[in-house]
Amino acid sequence: MNNIMLELKEISKLYGENQVLNKVSFSVEKGEILCLLGENGAGKSTLMNILFGMPVIHSTGGYAGEILLDGQVVNINTPEKAMELGIGMVHQEFMLIPGFTVAENIKLNREVTKGNPISQVFGKDYRTLDYKTMNRDAREALDKLEIGIDEYAKVEGLPVGYMQFIEIAREIDKKNIRLLVFDEPTAVLTESEADNLIKAMKHLAAQGIAIIFITHRLDEVTACSQHVVILRDGGLVAAKKTSDTNTVELAELMVGRKIEKLVQNEENRNVEKSETIISMKNFKVGMPGEMVKGIDLDIKRGEIIGIGGLAGQGKIGVANGLMGLFPASGEVTLNGEPLVLNAPMASLKKKLAFVSEDRKGVGLLLDEPIDLNIAITAMQVKDDFLKKVVFFNQIDEAKVKRHAEEMVKLFDIRCTGTEQKTRRLSGGNQQKVCLARAITLEPEVLLVSEPTRGIDIGAKKLVLDTLIELNRKKNMTIIMTSSELAELRSICDRIAIVSEGKLVGVLKPDDSDAKYGLYMSGKTDMPGEVL
Amino acid sequence: MKDKIMHGLKSIGIPRLTIITLLIVIYIAAYVLKLDVAQLFSDNLVRMGMNGVLVLAMVPGILAGTGLNFGLPLGVICGIIGGLISIELNLTGLFGFVVAIVASIPLSILTGYYYGKLLNRVKGSEMMVGTYVGFSVVSLMCIAWLVMPFKSDAIRWPIGEGLRTTIALTDYYDKVLNDFMKFRVAGIDVPTGLLLFFFFMCFIVFLFLKSKTGLAMIATGSNNKFAKASGINVDKSRMIATVVSTILGAIGILVYAQSYGFFQLYTAPLMMGFAAVAAILLGGASAHNAKIFHVIFGVFIFQGLLLAALPVANVIFPQGNLSEIMRVVVQYGIILYALTKAGGGQ
Repeated sequence: MNNIMLELKEISKLYGENQVLNKVSFSVEKGEILCLLGENGAGKSTLMNILFGMPVIHSTGGYAGEILLDGQVVNINTPEKAMELGIGMVHQEFMLIPGFTVAENIKLNREVTKGNPISQVFGKDYRTLDYKTMNRDAREALDKLEIGIDEYAKVEGLPVGYMQFIEIAREIDKKNIRLLVFDEPTAVLTESEADNLIKAMKHLAAQGIAIIFITHRLDEVTACSQHVVILRDGGLVAAKKTSDTNTVELAELMVGRKIEKLVQNEENRNVEKSETIISMKNFKVGMPGEMVKGIDLDIKRGEIIGIGGLAGQGKIGVANGLMGLFPASGEVTLNGEPLVLNAPMASLKKKLAFVSEDRKGVGLLLDEPIDLNIAITAMQVKDDFLKKVVFFNQIDEAKVKRHAEEMVKLFDIRCTGTEQKTRRLSGGNQQKVCLARAITLEPEVLLVSEPTRGIDIGAKKLVLDTLIELNRKKNMTIIMTSSELAELRSICDRIAIVSEGKLVGVLKPDDSDAKYGLYMSGKTDMPGEVL
Repeated sequence: MKDKIMHGLKSIGIPRLTIITLLIVIYIAAYVLKLDVAQLFSDNLVRMGMNGVLVLAMVPGILAGTGLNFGLPLGVICGIIGGLISIELNLTGLFGFVVAIVASIPLSILTGYYYGKLLNRVKGSEMMVGTYVGFSVVSLMCIAWLVMPFKSDAIRWPIGEGLRTTIALTDYYDKVLNDFMKFRVAGIDVPTGLLLFFFFMCFIVFLFLKSKTGLAMIATGSNNKFAKASGINVDKSRMIATVVSTILGAIGILVYAQSYGFFQLYTAPLMMGFAAVAAILLGGASAHNAKIFHVIFGVFIFQGLLLAALPVANVIFPQGNLSEIMRVVVQYGIILYALTKAGGGQ
């Protein structure tokens, strides 16, 4: 038991009223790789922020529980303290300066210097860099990783895979490093690069450094770790020896939660047989952070199709691409006719309507009143809400107001009146305004992204109920993108899972948790069945 | 009750209250110093009318998100050229004035188009770029004025080359608006035509802002991502706003000139933008939001302050130089104050 390096005891964290971590305990042994698994929002980042003494934790009231390092209770209240204790982190985004050499980047802010006449007079800040020593140290760190990059090469122009190694080299160059956290390092790497990284991690572990490895790729978990810890909704679901489990069980544990069916199974609801309304072929969208890298998908008339997947994998990009908000390419047909891409007006004219995931950024005119927010898109697209005054066209304010009042009643938007600015509304009511605006367009296909993010339960139910009603009564085809799998499974007919910008597969709402977990991590085969 | 008063005061905004108070204090001081208050107020109305359209030119830019149009001298120059064309044709009276406007509009559209194109390339720093565009074009025009092929004796220097620095309108359309239906009440001269024209322009802009194009422009300025998602062509909206602003600048200078009695060429248009910016900011607008009311109210108090402060300062500081310095201090002080407090009341 002396081998235990880090022990977390009943760590809890509240953000306001929101319990993001609930009594999480686990320990990491010296020289082992421990995998931390969990969906987005499971509490992984918060846990790591606590471990690093990030200011965001301490400015929101700190945490409960104890962190033990080598059996000693430590109080990590600043990132500097974490560094002092030998805890290092490899970030997902690269924090490298492109114009500097590899060695300079590795030694950044910890440069080795030697004196010169000027520094004698003006002080330490003017000492000369000791490139020889710096390069030697950098070489050593790189060799530990068994990576053959030249330490004097400039970072710009290096392949992405190498940048990750430079980040790691920077951490292990710190002499006292004992515990390294890898935050989804493989998310941006190709498979062979990821393999290299895992090899390097094993190599480091063999030298006695403990590693916490955060990933979504289940096969990587089984490939490298000794233990695996799974978080879900802020709680510890399982802490297991990797050898005692398999990817299917892990997937199940990661996803599993009760699903409340909002729609009772209806008979003769067989949308798969109806005609195709939208067909995408090799559809690509260049949305930063949510790249879609070629999707083939047919959407049937009258269905509610869900698009699910982990954050950053491209699910958000699909709807944004269809609406022409981000550069898209590929072949998309709507009702058999080709859809002009990269032109929002063309998409809107073809009766597509969009409720953006970015409510405040894209979805609303925050400084304009509710009624104008609801009417303006229909006005621009369909010349609705306009009246002719001599040679001018003028906004028909009475009609705008009347329509807004109807919508306020329909959606139960809590406001002081339709002239209230949308900035003053709560998140849920803002979302209802967005939805009202989309419906005012009377679309054939409604695209909704993250419709329930950040809104309270009552509003959530109302939004979902409305979607179902629109679908059933008006036969509106709905494409719903959401990070909440449970939500998708509660109202969708089919759910397309996107991973790494590609379509992994289309699932039924009642498929098993394990299957969902596997698909989300980008795999379709069930290794469990083989075992 | 107290809450209501506080709320009312808050909605006016501290900066506005300060300026209004200052204006009232100056008017009281003028009365105490036995200055002709009625005359001051008449002049205040004239100043409001003559500067009003220039201030109105700020509205489209602010609403479309290109910010305060510091490039206003562009429109001013177009207006002056239109005015000179009218003089060259030897037209007088209201007809001359109307021709001046008609002649300046195509020029303003062309200029506004290229200026708008430029602004679309420098999103985020329109105000800075606009300021320097104004400066450069005014300087460039200093050369152009020297070589322009106008023939009229009223426009050219009697000897030598080039156009005069100031061109008198006495024989052409001096005060055509000011004197239209002018009347006198309680010692105050009301320049009816001038004010009517100003309010008419305000009304036109108001209608424009309620049109489909105008609302697209407002949506663009309020949130350009939203505008894009609503199928609005963001660049085009900004372009239209810039063109409209330039046209208003051109009409504005013509209104200004007919009241002032002169066209001023060369470096005179340089600072035109600043006074207009100060006025609309004082009126309660910000770099992102403006209403027609801000224009009317702003131009009244800003011009009122400038106008009334000078004679008052003259009496308090009889030394000639000092009062001139005071005037400059007050003018730029107000602009600075308005720019820093731009966020004020809603």
